[in-house]
Amino acid sequence: MSVKEAGVVDKRSKQSAENAEVQGPIHTSGIQEDRRSWMGDLHMRFKSQKRKLTAAVIVTQTVLLLLFVGLWEAAGRNKWIDPLLFSYPTKMLQQLWKTMADGSIWPHVGMTVTETVVGFLLGTILGTAMAAVLWWFPFLSRVFDPYLVVLNSMPKVALGPIFIVGLGPGFMSIVAITLSVTVIITTLNIYNRFREIDSGYIKVVRLLGASRLQLFKLVILPGSFPVIIATLKVNVGLAWIGVIVGEFLVAKLGLGYLIIYGFQVFNFTLVLSSLIVIAIVATVMYQLVAMLERRLTAGWRER
Amino acid sequence: MKHTPVLELQQLSHVYVNEKEASLAVEQIDLTVDRGEFISLVGPSGCGKTTVLSLLAGLFPPTKGQVLLGGERVEGPSPKVGYMLQQDYLFPWRTIRENAAIGLEISGRKTEKTLRAVDELLSELGLPDAGGRYPHELSGGMRQRVALARTLATEPEVLLLDEPFSALDLHIKLQLEDLVHQTLKRLGKTAVLVTHDLAEAAAMSDRIIVLGRNPGHIRSEISVHEPIRAAAPMAARKLPSFQELFDSLWAELDKDVGEGGRSSG
Repeated sequence: MSVKEAGVVDKRSKQSAENAEVQGPIHTSGIQEDRRSWMGDLHMRFKSQKRKLTAAVIVTQTVLLLLFVGLWEAAGRNKWIDPLLFSYPTKMLQQLWKTMADGSIWPHVGMTVTETVVGFLLGTILGTAMAAVLWWFPFLSRVFDPYLVVLNSMPKVALGPIFIVGLGPGFMSIVAITLSVTVIITTLNIYNRFREIDSGYIKVVRLLGASRLQLFKLVILPGSFPVIIATLKVNVGLAWIGVIVGEFLVAKLGLGYLIIYGFQVFNFTLVLSSLIVIAIVATVMYQLVAMLERRLTAGWRER
Repeated sequence: MKHTPVLELQQLSHVYVNEKEASLAVEQIDLTVDRGEFISLVGPSGCGKTTVLSLLAGLFPPTKGQVLLGGERVEGPSPKVGYMLQQDYLFPWRTIRENAAIGLEISGRKTEKTLRAVDELLSELGLPDAGGRYPHELSGGMRQRVALARTLATEPEVLLLDEPFSALDLHIKLQLEDLVHQTLKRLGKTAVLVTHDLAEAAAMSDRIIVLGRNPGHIRSEISVHEPIRAAAPMAARKLPSFQELFDSLWAELDKDVGEGGRSSG
């Protein structure tokens, strides 16, 4: 009995020893492999789900756009809506194609884009400079605070007639109108950012003996950089308002002029096709600024 | 030579004035710090520890009395004094090397040679390859080391440490205490540490100043004796006499609780 038992035990232990010997290394690497493929599967599934969602969004967006354009086209051709007032897509495309082919639209696009770019760049730069002056002289900032608030809440495009008479009808007064729309809000936003810089950073450079100019150049301005770029983006939108209103008022050239002209001769195909050009150009401009933002704040941005 | 006072606080009083009131933060502080000495200021909150440190740094002038640095009156922040804050405040848009060298840039001493010294300093502090990286890529302990490098890069004679370890995990905190202690002893710097951690004060200092409040004043001074004095903080905590020192500090501070408002006079 005891011998038998001993034999059994012996056999078992031998077997388990064999198991350990043969399976041991394979077993552990099997676990690692299993784990890797299992985690890989999870990752792949997550990624493919994300991709599917993105694809679904893009498909829905395209379908919506096509539906809208198709419905518009059908409604215009079948006179469900007044084609004189609302036009329809193919008619607008013909109009655009004609003006692009004979080149007559490009000077308008060029003029408006120039005015807008000058407007939002100058607006941002001037606004930042004014914010810097307010930061440098706290007394001035207290004095000007109520005036800035009043100016900010006023509709500045209403100053248009004054600029036109003062600066003459044309490029200068349109840029001035654009600036009047962008500068004040830029000043307020950036000045607020200047003041919100964590006092710990200011303490660090003060303790190292920095002058006020060094404090501004080393801490305040670079620390406000993301806000300045974000303001630039907002100003792209604001500048378009200023430019189009300005062109409504005086211009002989530009997309705003085309809209007003189309309105006066009752050519709403021209009005709507100009609007589409504005939408495209404005989007491209916004994306370019967004790209610039990503480029400039790469590296140090905490994500 | 050993007893040349680097820092002298003479009859120092400071009043904070705001719209609500004028409040007396510290009154009649007299203190002398020798070259190479490491002293700690401990005390309950509101005892004016940070006020004293700011006055030493020259961030604002004292209402009464004066601070002498190497015999000269402190009028404003000076390159002879380095200051380390509770948080690292590294600039996120600057690389680690640029952060550590900002003091040199401000004082117009940023050259190839001093930049190399900054790199050396970074590797001495255990950050040999971090120079080109950005702060957000580093852990809290590493960032505080960079802050130390930034403070040391301008080669100050006196270091003011304003609770520089209090925001760190215990493990990192103990490591950094050792690193700071060794580095300052090796470079022969004078240091004033503000802390609310009694064990930290006991482990790092040569002398501990206990402050009382209402208004802030010096209650007592406790000298740290050998062998704790010579030992690195981590080792000092393990010495048999450490507990005794800690207890006497504790007793000093405990008295303050019952004190409430001290009648001024």
